[in-house]
Amino acid sequence: MGKKKAEKMTYDKVEVVDNGDDVWWWLICRSIGASFLCISVFALLVRVAVSLHPYSGAGNPPKFGDYEAQRHWMEITLNLPAKEWYRNSTINDLSYWGLDYPPLTAYQSYVHGLFLRSFDPDSVSLFTSRGHETYLGKLLMRWTVLSSDALVFFPAVFGFVSVYHTSRTSSRKADIVWHIAMLLLSPCLILIDHGHFQYNCISLGLTVGAVAAILSQKELVASVLFTLALNHKQMSAYFAPAFLCHLLGKCLRRKNPLLEVSKLGLVVIGTFAVIWWPYLHSTDAIFGCLVQVLSRLAPFERGIYEDYVANFWCTTSILIKWKQLFTTQTLKIISLTATVLSCLPSMVQQLLAPSSKGFLYGLLNSSLSFYLFSFQVHEKSILLPLLPATLLALEEPHPFKWLTHLALFSMFPLLCRDKLVLPYVALYALFTLLYHAPGRCSGRSKTSKTDYSSVASIMIGLLYVCSFILHIVYLTMRPPEKLPFLFEAVIMLLCFSQFMLFACYTNAKQWWLSKRLTTDKEKKHI
Amino acid sequence: MEDQNPPNSTSKLLLWFFSISACVKLLLIPSYHSTDFEVHRHWLALTRSLPLSKWYSDETSPWTLDYPPFFAYFERSLSLIAHLVDPRIVDVYNGLEYKANSVIYYQRISVILSDLCLVYGVYRLTKNLEVKRRDLMWVLVVWSPGLMIVDHIHFQYNGFLLGWLLLSISCLQEGKDLMGGFLFAVLLCFKHLFAVAAPVYLVYLFRHYCSRGFVRGFGRLLLMGAVVVAVFTAAYGPFIYHGQIQQVIRRMFPFGRGLCHAYWAPNFWVFYIILDKVLSVILRRLGFGIQIPAASFTGGLVGYSSPFAVLPRVTPATTFIMVLLALSPCLIKAWRNPQPGLIARWIAYAYVCGFLFGWHVHEKAALHFVIPLAIVAVQSLEDAKHYFMLSIVSCYSLFPLLYEAQEYPIKVMLLILHSILMWLGFSAQFNKKSVTKAANKKKGTQLEVKGSCERGGFMMGWVGKSYLFGLLIVEIWGQFLHSYFLGDKLPFVPLMSISIYCALGIMYSWIWHLKIDRVEGEVTPAFLKFPM
Repeated sequence: MGKKKAEKMTYDKVEVVDNGDDVWWWLICRSIGASFLCISVFALLVRVAVSLHPYSGAGNPPKFGDYEAQRHWMEITLNLPAKEWYRNSTINDLSYWGLDYPPLTAYQSYVHGLFLRSFDPDSVSLFTSRGHETYLGKLLMRWTVLSSDALVFFPAVFGFVSVYHTSRTSSRKADIVWHIAMLLLSPCLILIDHGHFQYNCISLGLTVGAVAAILSQKELVASVLFTLALNHKQMSAYFAPAFLCHLLGKCLRRKNPLLEVSKLGLVVIGTFAVIWWPYLHSTDAIFGCLVQVLSRLAPFERGIYEDYVANFWCTTSILIKWKQLFTTQTLKIISLTATVLSCLPSMVQQLLAPSSKGFLYGLLNSSLSFYLFSFQVHEKSILLPLLPATLLALEEPHPFKWLTHLALFSMFPLLCRDKLVLPYVALYALFTLLYHAPGRCSGRSKTSKTDYSSVASIMIGLLYVCSFILHIVYLTMRPPEKLPFLFEAVIMLLCFSQFMLFACYTNAKQWWLSKRLTTDKEKKHI
Repeated sequence: MEDQNPPNSTSKLLLWFFSISACVKLLLIPSYHSTDFEVHRHWLALTRSLPLSKWYSDETSPWTLDYPPFFAYFERSLSLIAHLVDPRIVDVYNGLEYKANSVIYYQRISVILSDLCLVYGVYRLTKNLEVKRRDLMWVLVVWSPGLMIVDHIHFQYNGFLLGWLLLSISCLQEGKDLMGGFLFAVLLCFKHLFAVAAPVYLVYLFRHYCSRGFVRGFGRLLLMGAVVVAVFTAAYGPFIYHGQIQQVIRRMFPFGRGLCHAYWAPNFWVFYIILDKVLSVILRRLGFGIQIPAASFTGGLVGYSSPFAVLPRVTPATTFIMVLLALSPCLIKAWRNPQPGLIARWIAYAYVCGFLFGWHVHEKAALHFVIPLAIVAVQSLEDAKHYFMLSIVSCYSLFPLLYEAQEYPIKVMLLILHSILMWLGFSAQFNKKSVTKAANKKKGTQLEVKGSCERGGFMMGWVGKSYLFGLLIVEIWGQFLHSYFLGDKLPFVPLMSISIYCALGIMYSWIWHLKIDRVEGEVTPAFLKFPM
């Protein structure tokens, strides 16, 4: 129904613009649904093509990589009862890729395990399947990601697009199609899910679904969906402050704030209870079981940072040796405080003036501050801030492009290790091409160009050149022996500085937004 | 973009299309490694390391050079760079079965870049066309799933060769007959399978180029003859000089190969074989002593004993005559009224005939008519409908080329994407609103589009729909149900059903071509009774 509305509305606009000057007349002549279908098939094609390439840890015993982790979880969940999944035992050696995601991931692994078992039983048999790498096994595993993407992420994006563009007043049909392409062909997500091998599409898809539900004022559905996302990957908590504050802010504005809040709370608790049911059975064991699972989910023993992630702790560790100066316990508190403080402004904004647009900015800000300041962040977590940035692509086309560029760049060393340079290059080029699709938004690009002063554009140009040179250097040159991780550190530094700037910009933008809204209202009153 | 585009921004969109497809092609580099890789690698090595006199007589590898000399020169020029990339690629002996990343990347990228020829061909062909048709044609040609499957997954250089063909057609359409003839002669020296259209060229050029008075016409005939002879001399001259010409011819025309390929290309001979089998079974039931021929279904029909039990044996000469007969209506039309506007249609028709009745036709040859037909497809609603059906069928008939599970989703996605693009594009072009608009804008010049307006938008008739739906059933049966119900019994049935079913579609297309009668610029009503 939302779709039809969008269709009608945008149809009128297409009429205004002369048909002749639109290059995409053939793509957008039918409904948005048809264009979406077309782009999603293309997106699936790209995903399948990426999945031909190696996954993380391919042919690299004894620990392999994320692919083996996911396969191992299928093996565990398929062969053991639910209670044993998170418990270390002779059968379930947690030091070998023990399950460290919430139960929804485990259930998903179970379902996918069933699929694998029906075609290739050897790939998920207990013990004997460790390090199982075959042609068929790889294909089946790849297809599980592909199907999850098509079943969760794609419909969620469709839902989001149809809701978002009915509320938006200035969308041309070509813009909507462009937005769909940006969402479905996000190079980072494709590289991590279909190249490196993970199931981010599920948790991110659920989050997008929740966002769509919030934009269409269905708070209860949104709570359920976001709780599911949270229970698929605990990293979804990066978005939690934004959801919390937006919903709270909205509830406080209604007749019965307490009732509204308790309704939402009940739904969230109910969803949690359903998902954690196997661990809530007997009252005395509850605590033990929960602690077991929770301790698996929060791996504090792994330290405040790993590898070379472009966040605050890792970057400043060049100057301040955090790990040596503080104990893990204090570091936990410090990082928590830093995270909360950094996302406080956007939270407060949403509490004071909850709005759909502000909510999207809030998502971006809270996930960025988690990425930058929270404990134990992985390079791949940049996917989380990137998602709301993509949702806002039409509002902020240039910053969005810049963030995608940096996100890709920050994952470059990781993808190099996975031997995914070729898909990296191809998807990078594809993204750039799609972003600069000919004939797109001729009116807006002129206005947004004026936003940038010449100094800024020169700076950005320089940074592009820098990152390009760094790519080449990273691929072709060997670092000096004394500093084996020199290039990684430089990449990290560059990305971190830009992420910080970006975070400041988006925070400012969010506050400015509320200001503008209030002034608009005042004007109306006058 | 405005209607009157400056050439710069026009080509920008085309280059954008090309780059998008190039990205996908890059991603497809690690896909299925066919034997054609080794074939072309060996040719690289052959042309680089051996003297010209031994190119066609070398037998180091079973993959001997069987393309005409220009293609050998083309491989030679590629081998110059290949040598710099990795010397082992061009080593005749040590390079055998060499499968390192360097070879694969080099070969794949050379195909992707050689596709620029196709892009230029399509650009030349469309540069004076109205924007809508032009965009659509680009979508159809540059994103052609058949080319993607054959060139960029299976590995061949068809995009490059078809680019030459399109260039030649564009010259003919502009009235530059000499240039068109020259380009076609060059094309023939790249790949002789394109020769099927030679009769059309011959008749058309003779009537269109050489018919301006006796003296002037004769002069032009001589000029054209001289150009063609010059091209062929450039190609074959060196081999004649070395006394190798007989060997070259023997390699290029291996008639010992049999009527059909291992997987039957969906053409007329499929019906002939099936009829033979059915007849032999019936006659045996009736008590006639019919011998079962030694040749099997899947093993192809190789050899010198007749593979047919009842029907007369088919020889290369028979197929040659059949092709000429099938071509004759079009030749007569070209003789009577040689119009530049119809030449693309006639050439495509010639390749359809060659595909249907030719000797040892490979399913890849379907590309020879699908790509030129894209030019025709945007001209009217009837053509669009026909192209929609034909390109889906011919792309589907390429499916058995990629038989591994890994490529399965890729080929399916490619076909679905192509179908959706065609559906979106054609329905946008032929929807009522824009048609009336266009007709208002340019009255009189839009006759053919007006004709389509009366029939409503782009919709397939029920026969077409159910035929395409049948493809789905054939595919599901072949992929899943067959092994489920029959197990290992009758292993040839899935492939055979694809052949037969696709052959039906292509036969229909042939008849459609025969029945539809066109004069340049307007459409006389089609006589087809099928609501396709």
